[in-house]
Formats: sequence, structure tokens, C-alpha cells
Amino acid sequence: MMLRVQDLHFTYNSHPLLAGISFALERGQLLAILGPNGVGKTTLLKCINAIHKPTRGAVLVEERNILSLSATTIARDLAYVSQKNEASRLTVFDAVLMGRTPHIRWRMGTKDLNMTEAVLRSLGLATMGMRYVDSLSGGELQKVCIARALVQEPSLLLLDEPTSALDLKNQVEIMGLIRRVIDEHHIAAVMTMHDLNMALRHADQSIFLKNGVIHAAAAPDEVTPAMIEQVYGLPVRIHHLDGQPVVLPKT
Amino acid sequence: MHAEHGHAPEEYFRYLGWKNAIIILCCLGLGAVLIFSLGLGSARIPAVDVLASLFGAAPDQRTNAIVCGIRLPQALSAMVAGGGLAIAGAVMQAVLRNPLGSPFTLGIAHAAAFGAACSVMLGSGLTGSGRNAVTIINPYTTTAAALAASLAASAVIVAISRLRGTRPETMILAGVALGALCTAATMFLQFFASDVQLAAMVFWTFGDTARASWNELGIMAAVTLFCFLFFWANSWNYNAIDAGDETARGLGVRVERVRMGGMLLASLVTAVLIACLGIIGFVGLVIPHMFRRLIGADHRFLLPASLVGGALLLLLADTAARLVLMPHLVPVSVLTAFLGAPAFLWLIIRGQRP
Repeated sequence: MMLRVQDLHFTYNSHPLLAGISFALERGQLLAILGPNGVGKTTLLKCINAIHKPTRGAVLVEERNILSLSATTIARDLAYVSQKNEASRLTVFDAVLMGRTPHIRWRMGTKDLNMTEAVLRSLGLATMGMRYVDSLSGGELQKVCIARALVQEPSLLLLDEPTSALDLKNQVEIMGLIRRVIDEHHIAAVMTMHDLNMALRHADQSIFLKNGVIHAAAAPDEVTPAMIEQVYGLPVRIHHLDGQPVVLPKT
Repeated sequence: MHAEHGHAPEEYFRYLGWKNAIIILCCLGLGAVLIFSLGLGSARIPAVDVLASLFGAAPDQRTNAIVCGIRLPQALSAMVAGGGLAIAGAVMQAVLRNPLGSPFTLGIAHAAAFGAACSVMLGSGLTGSGRNAVTIINPYTTTAAALAASLAASAVIVAISRLRGTRPETMILAGVALGALCTAATMFLQFFASDVQLAAMVFWTFGDTARASWNELGIMAAVTLFCFLFFWANSWNYNAIDAGDETARGLGVRVERVRMGGMLLASLVTAVLIACLGIIGFVGLVIPHMFRRLIGADHRFLLPASLVGGALLLLLADTAARLVLMPHLVPVSVLTAFLGAPAFLWLIIRGQRP
């Protein structure tokens, strides 16, 4: 197993936020973490990356306990794309090159520069390498952040709402990009998401969080209206359009 | 993703070369200004004689005394202080992710003034008449008191932010509060001071590059150099923090530790410089912003550029301060503020990001 989360608990200010989360993920798979606002989706993602320390339970990445690893070792294996990304006055090339930070000791070498160029090219960003990050649009910035995560050479990609701030075209592009990266590099990815339709369309597996536990785990075609209603407290219908499940709120 | 499939574009190396060229240009400018600065003043000395004196072949005793004995330590003090304050500002702005990070916004300068005022009040600041209207007779006690006070202020800021979690806002707010407290305490002392003591207190706050002896210059240079090397080695960490705390953590950067280390050393270099020379404003705030606009926020280049640029600016300001009202000396802090305040306003009006 690529990733194994075992009985994970997380308490925030003596308020139990996650209370016994367990799941596992293989290489090549994309897992969506779903659930209402404030349920602890981002917290779960940060626990996997050891940005937060779980109060109980374990996160195993290729059977190694994440808490026994140093921050740099974790960063060589797990890449985290935050929901909030500040745009500083760096060129796109430097912003992506930054992803090599966990791999270097003093300075960037030829290998780091070459890998940055290769990733930029494969994501279609090569032409904007010399632009400053603070002049990019939201969609472009998100692509740069994914590129930065890729030069980390991770085996697991963690994405916090990768499409939440993007327009429809960019949403589709970014999700396509994530899928392509998972398949090409044979890595696994976990993402949190609010858009159920986007999740059902692209994820291999979805887990629904409610009251700190996994209320349901399902492949896209196993998700039922009852499941969604219980988690979000909103009655919905699921229609199939061109073979794709589409969630619609009942009005 | 395989390294052998890509090669970094020529364009990128040209871009790095351009940044290096700007830094080298600033270095050359600094050298030139230094030579001219040493020649300018009440006694004008041609550049050739300045160079000869610097290499130990002064045409006469008097020239040597003026160049190496009087003007050189002052010029070097200005360069070290300018460079040190500029890198301290650059690092504070980076680790606090706040464009207003500088020795002033964090109350360190106010604490130094308070320390000096205390020392004057407690008797070390008896005055005599010298080159300036008021001279502090026991400068070492005053310097030590200023250093202790500013280090204490930095320690309090760091301690508070440790207590409440090292959020950048916490540090800035703690610094602002502490600065106000120190200002009030200084005013309290000034209110009860005799007119001579009051003059000594106020005079101390005028940053003066002529104040440092060779010994103090050596200490300032060593601290500045050490801090610069430490900051420079952390360039990628600062770049990562610029991209957001969470992104930096995802890259394996121990954000709290980097932030704490950066703040401690930036405070230290500031405290040492201010204690030795008095308060010199705006270099730490303005220089990093100027170079961030000019060559970008990549700290691999921003830090050396700020070091050289800060040195150049303060040397220019110091030279101008010696010349504008000759034979009187204008405190260099007045000139840096005259220069800094409009630049600061421009930054505010123009906005942080285009």
C-alpha cells in the first residue's frame, strides 16, 4: 500500500475534530475527501503530511510511519499543494525550482534546473518561465503550484481544494492535469473538494467525513443520494448524463 | 520529470546574469563613492592621494590622518550600518511576510533610545563641550545600555510570539506595542531630566556614523557578516515562506524555527548597529523594497543586493550629511529620513503589488 491511515485522531483545542479515520490508497489512485465546511478535511490532509501531529493513530507512507521521518524526508516523498498560495515577486521558473528545496543541501544544481524545465514543459508552462508569479492569474498560479509539487518528485500528492478558486475551464484543465500526472508518474493523490460533481467525475474513490469519522467510502458509481443527504443535510438526486453521475439538489 | 529530458533555458541564465550584474555594479559604485567620500570635506583631498593613503603611501602625515584616521572609520561605519540594517529589514520583511517589517516597526530602535536615556539619567551621560554641542562622556555605558535594552525588546517580542504561536501578525503587533511603551518611558525620563541630560538623550538618538571607534567598527562588521552569511544560507527557506507558511511546511521548511532564527539574528544585528551609532532610520525599510522591485524577491540575490545597496545609500547619505551645511554636520539619520519618508509614501500610494 502506498498510503495507509490507521485510526487517526486529531483534537483541536480539546475539541475532537477527527475521531478514528482509517483508509488506504494504492499508487495510481486519486482519492477525494468530501464533507461539509469545518468537518476537518484540510486537517486530515495536514495530518497525512505531518504538518499537524495526530493525537492518536498512524499515517504510513509505503509502510513507514510519517511521524518518525524528518520534515525534509517527508517533503521528498509527499508534496502538499495548499489552498492558499501567496504570489511573491519570483519568476515562475524560480517558484517551481523552489520545489527542489528538500533535495538540496546548499545550492541548486544542474539536475534541479533541468528537472524544473522538464516539468514546466510537460505542463505547458515553458513559455511563462520568466514571468513574475505575482502577475499570473489564479489558474496559472495553481498550475505553477502543481508544477512545484511535481519537481519535489513525490510519490504522494496532497491537494487542498485544487479547483475552488478557478473558473470552469481552469477547473477542468487542472483536474485533467492532476489525473495525467497520477497516471504518467504512477503516484497517488489525495484531494479535498467541495464540488461533488467534479469529485465523482475524476476521483477513483471518495470518502465522506461527518462528525470526525468516515461516514461513507464509495467509488463514484456507488455514491447514493441518501449518503449525500446524510452528510450534507440536503436532499439531492443523482442523474446520469452521458454515463457521468451528476448531483442535483432537490428543490 | 526526468532530469535528462530537460535543460534549463538560456533565458534563465541571462536573467541570473543580469541580477549579478546589478549587484556587481552596486559594488563598483560603492567603491567609487567611498574614494570620493574620503576626499570630500572641509579639507579636499584628490582621489589619487586618497588611494595612496589607503595603500599606506600617503603623500604627507596630514593627509594620512584625515583619510585613514578620521574619514575612513566613519565611511566604513556608514557602509557596515547601511548594509546591516538593510539585510535585517529584508529578513524581517521575509519571515514576517509583512512589507512593514523593519527595526522601527518592531520597536527595537525605540528600546535602544530608552536604554540610552536610562544610562544618561543614571549619570553616565555627563556632558562636556566638544566638536558637537553635547558629548556623552562615557559612551561605552550608553552603548551597552542601548544594546541591552534593544536585545531585551527583541527577546520580549520573541517570547510573546512563542507564547501565542509564531504568527507574523503577533510579532508585528507585539513590536508596535513595545515601541509605544519604550517611547512613553523615554518621554517620562526626559520630562524629569535636567536640560543637559535632555540634550544628551536627544543627541544620542541622532544616528551618527562618526561615533564608532575601530573596535566598535570591528564588532559591527563581524556581527553583520555573520548574520549575512546565516541569512544567505537560508535564502530558499525565506523564498518558501514568501509563498505561504503552509507551502513552506510542505517543502520541509521548519517555518517556526526559520522565523525565530531570522528574527533573533535580525534583531541582534539591528541592536548592535543602533547601540553603536544611534538611530538610523528607513534604510532597513526602503532598501529591500527598492531591490525587490528591481531584481525580484529571490533572496539568493535580494540579500547580497540589499547588503551592498544599503551600504551605498548610507555612505551617500553620510557624505551628503558632511557636506550640505559645511562646516556643520547634519545627523545622517535626518538625511536618511528625508530620503526614506517620500520613498515610503510612494510605496504606500503605489501599492505593494502592481
